[in-house]
Amino acid sequence: MITIKDLHASVEGNQILNGLTLEVKPGEVHAIMGPNGSGKSTLANVLAGREDYEIDGGEVTFNGQDLLEMGPEDRAREGLFLAFQYPVEIPGVSNVNFLKTAVNEIREYRGEEKMDAMEFLAYIREKMKLVEMDEKFLSRSVNEGFSGGEKKRNEIFQMAVLEPKLAVMDETDSGLDIDALKIVANGVNKMRGQDRSFIVITHYQRLLNYIVPDVVHVLVDGKIVESGDKDLALRLEAQGYDWVKGEQAAATV
Amino acid sequence: MSKLNYDEIRDWYVSNFNTFENNLNGSLDVPFHKVRKSAIAKFEELGFPARRHEEWKYTNITPLLKEKLPLAGKSDRFSAADLAAYTFEGLEKNLLVFVNGQYSKELSNYKNTVDGVIIENLASALKNHSDLIADSLSQYANYDDEAFVALNTAYANDGLFIYVPDNAEVEAPLHLLHLSDSNDGAFFSNTRHLIVAGKNSRLKVVESHHGIGDAICFNNFVSEVVVMDNARVDHVKLQDEHSAAYHIYNLQAHQEKESVYSLVNIDIGGKLTRNNLNVALKAEHCEGHLIGFYMGSKKQHIDNHTAIDHAMPNCYSNEIYKGILGGKASGVFNGKIFVREDAQKTNAYQDNKALLLSDDAKVNTKPQLEIFADDVKCSHGATVGQLDEEAIFYLRSRGIPKEKAQSMMQYAFASDVFEYIPIESVREKIDHTIFERFKTL
Amino acid sequence: MSSEQQIIESRIKSEYKWGFTTDIDMETIPKGLNEDIVRLISAKKNEPEWMLEWRLKAFRHWLTMTEPRWPNVDIAPIDYQDAYYYAAPKQTEAPKSLDEVDPKLLETFEKLGISLEEQKRLTGVAVDAVMDSVSVATTFKDELAKHGIIFCSFSEAVQDHPELIKKYMGTVVPYTDNFFAALNSAVFTDGSFCYIPKGVRCPMELSTYFRINAANTGQFERTLIVAEPGSYVSYLEGCTAPMRDENQLHAAVVELIADRDAEIKYSTVQNWYPGDENGKGGIYNFVTKRGICLDDNAKISWTQVETGSAITWKYPSVILKGDNSVGEFYSVALTNNYQQADTGTKMIHVGKNTKSTIISKGISAGKSHNSYRGLVKIHKGAHNARNFSQCDSLLIGDRCGAHTFPYLEIEDKTAKVEHEATTSKIGEDQIFYCNQRGIGTEDAIGIIVNGYCKEVFKELPMEFAVEAQKLLAISLEGSVG
Repeated sequence: MITIKDLHASVEGNQILNGLTLEVKPGEVHAIMGPNGSGKSTLANVLAGREDYEIDGGEVTFNGQDLLEMGPEDRAREGLFLAFQYPVEIPGVSNVNFLKTAVNEIREYRGEEKMDAMEFLAYIREKMKLVEMDEKFLSRSVNEGFSGGEKKRNEIFQMAVLEPKLAVMDETDSGLDIDALKIVANGVNKMRGQDRSFIVITHYQRLLNYIVPDVVHVLVDGKIVESGDKDLALRLEAQGYDWVKGEQAAATV
Repeated sequence: MSKLNYDEIRDWYVSNFNTFENNLNGSLDVPFHKVRKSAIAKFEELGFPARRHEEWKYTNITPLLKEKLPLAGKSDRFSAADLAAYTFEGLEKNLLVFVNGQYSKELSNYKNTVDGVIIENLASALKNHSDLIADSLSQYANYDDEAFVALNTAYANDGLFIYVPDNAEVEAPLHLLHLSDSNDGAFFSNTRHLIVAGKNSRLKVVESHHGIGDAICFNNFVSEVVVMDNARVDHVKLQDEHSAAYHIYNLQAHQEKESVYSLVNIDIGGKLTRNNLNVALKAEHCEGHLIGFYMGSKKQHIDNHTAIDHAMPNCYSNEIYKGILGGKASGVFNGKIFVREDAQKTNAYQDNKALLLSDDAKVNTKPQLEIFADDVKCSHGATVGQLDEEAIFYLRSRGIPKEKAQSMMQYAFASDVFEYIPIESVREKIDHTIFERFKTL
Repeated sequence: MSSEQQIIESRIKSEYKWGFTTDIDMETIPKGLNEDIVRLISAKKNEPEWMLEWRLKAFRHWLTMTEPRWPNVDIAPIDYQDAYYYAAPKQTEAPKSLDEVDPKLLETFEKLGISLEEQKRLTGVAVDAVMDSVSVATTFKDELAKHGIIFCSFSEAVQDHPELIKKYMGTVVPYTDNFFAALNSAVFTDGSFCYIPKGVRCPMELSTYFRINAANTGQFERTLIVAEPGSYVSYLEGCTAPMRDENQLHAAVVELIADRDAEIKYSTVQNWYPGDENGKGGIYNFVTKRGICLDDNAKISWTQVETGSAITWKYPSVILKGDNSVGEFYSVALTNNYQQADTGTKMIHVGKNTKSTIISKGISAGKSHNSYRGLVKIHKGAHNARNFSQCDSLLIGDRCGAHTFPYLEIEDKTAKVEHEATTSKIGEDQIFYCNQRGIGTEDAIGIIVNGYCKEVFKELPMEFAVEAQKLLAISLEGSVG
């Protein structure tokens, strides 16, 4: 699905990613954990193609294509989805208009027929059930006046609508209460399948009780320093990040 | 341009008045003729405003003063079949058409169905309803310090007189369609509208402005709108003139007790536009709305000067202006709010926003508050900037291409203005026109 | 009449506490203004030829100009021939030390709360004290000299540092700039000069205290501050004048030059005599203040508390020429009785990534008029320029006026400019809330107004902030309802 090799990236001259290597196969769920400032969100933004990030080295192959060469919209059309940590409010653009435009752009790119208004509405209603969205939500502006939880649910809803191949979830659990967390996790779990992969970025192990990962990675100083199964997340939770940092320090000595 | 040329061109417009008078055949006897004479004298005194005039600091009208423009002549280039492009669904039967400032009976399509309501072109109304007109015409639009109003008052011989008596409701919105044709040469036209809405009456008016031809059209409009006690007038103006048009529009709205006046003013055409939009809240508990949108590309210049005068207590005013400028276009927004000494408990709100899309576009903004009463709530905000980069990235990350994301954002920026248009078919058509026009920016 | 209004009425009659005169022998020159007077002033100051030439050029230019009429103020006609352009406390010779200064002068400044004796100063503030046309004394000069800092009267600088004066004078405010700047350039008599060398952080606050004492005299001072690359200085000015029935003209010019990475912080507490409660007398305060951020990362910050003067007309401005340079303007302007103020700022963005902030708090009471007039200009090429402006007006009583005239001229699409303005009055509920907690109406108003001005006060050096708050309370006396 995606292969990241020795990726280096910086923001405003500060080196954030320091040779990150990662491979995610179709159908896999990878969790990336790490302390604040370790580069988790940078990874998510670099994958989605935000322009503020400078790529200083390395390569990313997504379904056999050079991801870093593509603009953000083409990455989305190729099937990469980023669930934003801080979803943007767009006053004046209704959710329904926004999503219809996005869906039809992606369909057009894939050589599929565009959906008309009726088809689209039927399609979207189906998806709304997935994250228990209210119908009224469709006519509201994108994320405007949404609570933190609503914004995150909206991200999952968009993911359901756009049906990506790879979803990168950037701290989707932050700021969610337990009920909202369950709704979000439930949405993700329903979407899991043989052809769809997930990169779940999180600071806490809690989310991984609901979205059980195949692989857990620990990111420290822009590099993956440890990988393992879901038990690694539990160990991190119990012992804190100092433990991996310490181990890393020991390894370099 | 030297001062001499200003004087020379002023003298041309003054001397032309004699010719105009001679062609008025019969209208010389109406009481209004005295007003014309005093207006032309005032114009002679004022002359055309130069840039050193504070109110004209950012708008240069010298290109308009390079030629001695004759008064507009007739045009028969527009046929009934052409009108479809300009009309609004459902309003085709309430259509009043003006070509080069003159009412066109042939192209208009209107039948009055409400008792006591007068809807008549000004040239004939000046004869048929001279008393009613004398009460209001030129009573509100002051020409003492406004050269273009003086010029219009002197020269205007057509336009529309709308009189809605007390307690009457004109249900169907009226469409005033203004067409210019300068294919036969440059010209100067004056259109004058007078709208009087009696107590408890209701009226909706949609004006639109379009044109053809390459030679200069100097279209000089004045509208006076009187809204009596508890009346409501909804006014929409769409200016989408051709690129040879100089569109100068002075509006004076006068509101009496508990009345509501709402103007949605949209400027997307013309070479140079100058609107002076004045709303006077002259009695208690009035509500005034001035909502505007402008969009410019190439070398268009769009200047909106607005003034809301809170003369009496307990009134509410709401002003929202938005503009998008690309190419080498320039925009001006000057929004004055006056709160007079007696106007306690005034609530005045003003917001204006502009987006610059190109390296050569520019905007000059002057929101201005003049407050003489203490128990008031007044605020204004002004912002100038670009489209939100974060939001564009968000849209792109969902698969929407950059250009489309930009036009979606532009539309979102403008859309709350369109919501103030009270007639659905008009809103939809304007909405669509503008969305399409974004692509040309 | 409500009790609140009674308090207002009673307090409106409060007196200007700095209105005494000093009885001292003055040396003046004949009334009136012509080339001979300009020559005479220059001769009195024993100026070099180039200085006189510059004055004469300015004077000749002034003759071609007319008084500006655009400010939102009513001005009685000014007879420029009916005033003295030079007045100085009589001294046989320039005092070499504080001991030689006329004790009456020291007493005057002592009475104004400005001690010129260094050991009496509590905090490290160096003072240049100017009465009428001349500088009386400058403190801490030696201490400052150790750091290479020059802090002296303008007249001394012309004598001792002509190369610096020639290099910088008139570069930010040319004598052609406006009517009053031209007048000042022709007849200016004294003022302060500060020069901070490269990389030096001035160890103490520098300040000038301006006092008008003589009658029928105009005060025309000139201040020039030059901050070399990487330096920092905080400068304060204060001003008062006796109560006189005639209007007196004060037309100053202040020029600030901040080079690469340098920072100048300029604070003013302006308390010229505002005239009496019937609008009689008071100072016409027509001042041109402008700074330039000459090179990258420079910063100029203006803070002003304006409570005095019959008419104030000033716009401390910043030209943001260097990339990443920063301009700030924080202002509290309070008008009472018949005072009129038309004040604000101009932020001219030329360099890239330049940033400006404008916070203006206007308070109008009595029959006064208070206008904010400001310009934010983003020149083409000033990429990513940012401006935020907030202009708030507070009205106290229903016979005053508050006006806002912001001009935003934007020529670069990457600019982001935000302007907000509000007008409000002190809420009765706010006063009631304070009353209910045992705070008297008068104090409540003081608290509320001070809270309203807090954003500006926090920009003032500590000592000044306290002064400003007291001053505000006194100026407001009797005005609040």
